[in-house]
Amino acid sequence: MKERLSREAIAMRIARELFDGAVVNLGIGIPTLVSSFVPEGMTVIYHSENGMLGFGPVVPAEDMKELADIDLVNASGQYVQPKPGMCFFHHADSFGIIRGGHVDISVLGVIEVTDHGDLANWMFPGRGVGNIGGGMDLAFNAKKVIGATEHTTKDGKPKIVKQCCVPLTSPGCVDLIVTDISVIEVTPYGLLLKEYAPGWSVEDIQALTEPELAVAKDLKEIELV
Amino acid sequence: MLNKVLDSFDAAVADIPNGAVVMIGNFAGPGGTPYYLIHALARQGARDLTIVANTAGGVGLTLDYDDHRLLFQNRQVRKVIASFPFSTSASRPSIAEKQILANEVELEIVPQGTLSERIRAGGAGIAAFYTPTGAGTVIESGKERRVFDGRPHLLELALKADFALIRAYKADTFGNLVYRGTARQFNPVMAAAAAVTIAEVDHIVDPGELDPDAVVTPGIFVKRIVQVKEDPGFPRHPERTFQVRGQHQGKEA
Repeated sequence: MKERLSREAIAMRIARELFDGAVVNLGIGIPTLVSSFVPEGMTVIYHSENGMLGFGPVVPAEDMKELADIDLVNASGQYVQPKPGMCFFHHADSFGIIRGGHVDISVLGVIEVTDHGDLANWMFPGRGVGNIGGGMDLAFNAKKVIGATEHTTKDGKPKIVKQCCVPLTSPGCVDLIVTDISVIEVTPYGLLLKEYAPGWSVEDIQALTEPELAVAKDLKEIELV
Repeated sequence: MLNKVLDSFDAAVADIPNGAVVMIGNFAGPGGTPYYLIHALARQGARDLTIVANTAGGVGLTLDYDDHRLLFQNRQVRKVIASFPFSTSASRPSIAEKQILANEVELEIVPQGTLSERIRAGGAGIAAFYTPTGAGTVIESGKERRVFDGRPHLLELALKADFALIRAYKADTFGNLVYRGTARQFNPVMAAAAAVTIAEVDHIVDPGELDPDAVVTPGIFVKRIVQVKEDPGFPRHPERTFQVRGQHQGKEA
């Protein structure tokens, strides 16, 4: 039976891309969930645009009164907890870290992504407005950019397309696309299907993907842990 | 004797004229936003302002509160330069959003890293700089493109302001500032980029009371300091440090 992965499962798969000591920036939405699935014993150093490295988990709802502090929030505006080894710096230094190529992995949401790795994710669909925020600097400058997304829109249209219809965040920036039915690498020769969700065939995935997919020699079912 | 301390927020913003360029320290929530200075500027009523800030107010990612959206509400703003100008909720558009879409307020949208670097450059005497961010996107429009190391870059101009309204944790009377946690954000770069920088702080101490090694903003950048005397009621524990030791990993959500 064909199943689509939950948002949490997409995040679990992305967490497998992390490595010990990695400097990681997580965008709003599915990307934020990745931090819940870091393997035990691995140290991941999270970067937040508002000037923070190495912070701890989000404050749980039941501890808000005790722990929430407006002076300790992540880039999504969520209250987080302090952690040994964390540090603070100002905004220009924070983006010096990004622009200088010191962020190993940036996980970003996707509105559209192409076979060239062009990413569009800042203009709200249907609203004609959007927030560029820090996403553009991350997309242009992180060492590795992972797009985290449902494979299709709510109306079932492909989000992996030949050309973006909405304004770009960055041309040619995405390295890996993790969706609810597939894991696809963006290569200089186009898209390479590497993993599929349980029950999905190459044809099923191709039917929901605009550009042509090459199939990896070692194509396999998505492993979450 | 050098003393930059003023008694009231109203006095601190009294001379901001119509048409001024005003930078406001701000990120996603009240942390690091000069709440009382903004309210004073709203009372003062200067118009045709150009606001330089991360948001155009009312984004409410952390919590919903009266930030510089008040200035839009009062129709004091002619132009806003921001990276995150719109509400994330289509059903709850911000006041600025309505005014921007109605062409009542001009918007210059800037990638956040370019915004913070343009401000830093403004304070550091750098007229302009090349950054890769934005090349090949709508941001490139009207800008000089130049290739370095095989990669296209855009020329971005420095930003300066007539006034900066900033938020810090502690000041000495010379204006040396220390910050608390992520409330630092844009505040130190804005402090250097404005002709007149006004700091809203929790504590004011005598020179010598701050560890010179811990000072983030040199006092020469700060012209006026006002201490917060009431509690606006935001979740905050200013008596606590964020320093934690040992194997503490925080409580899992």
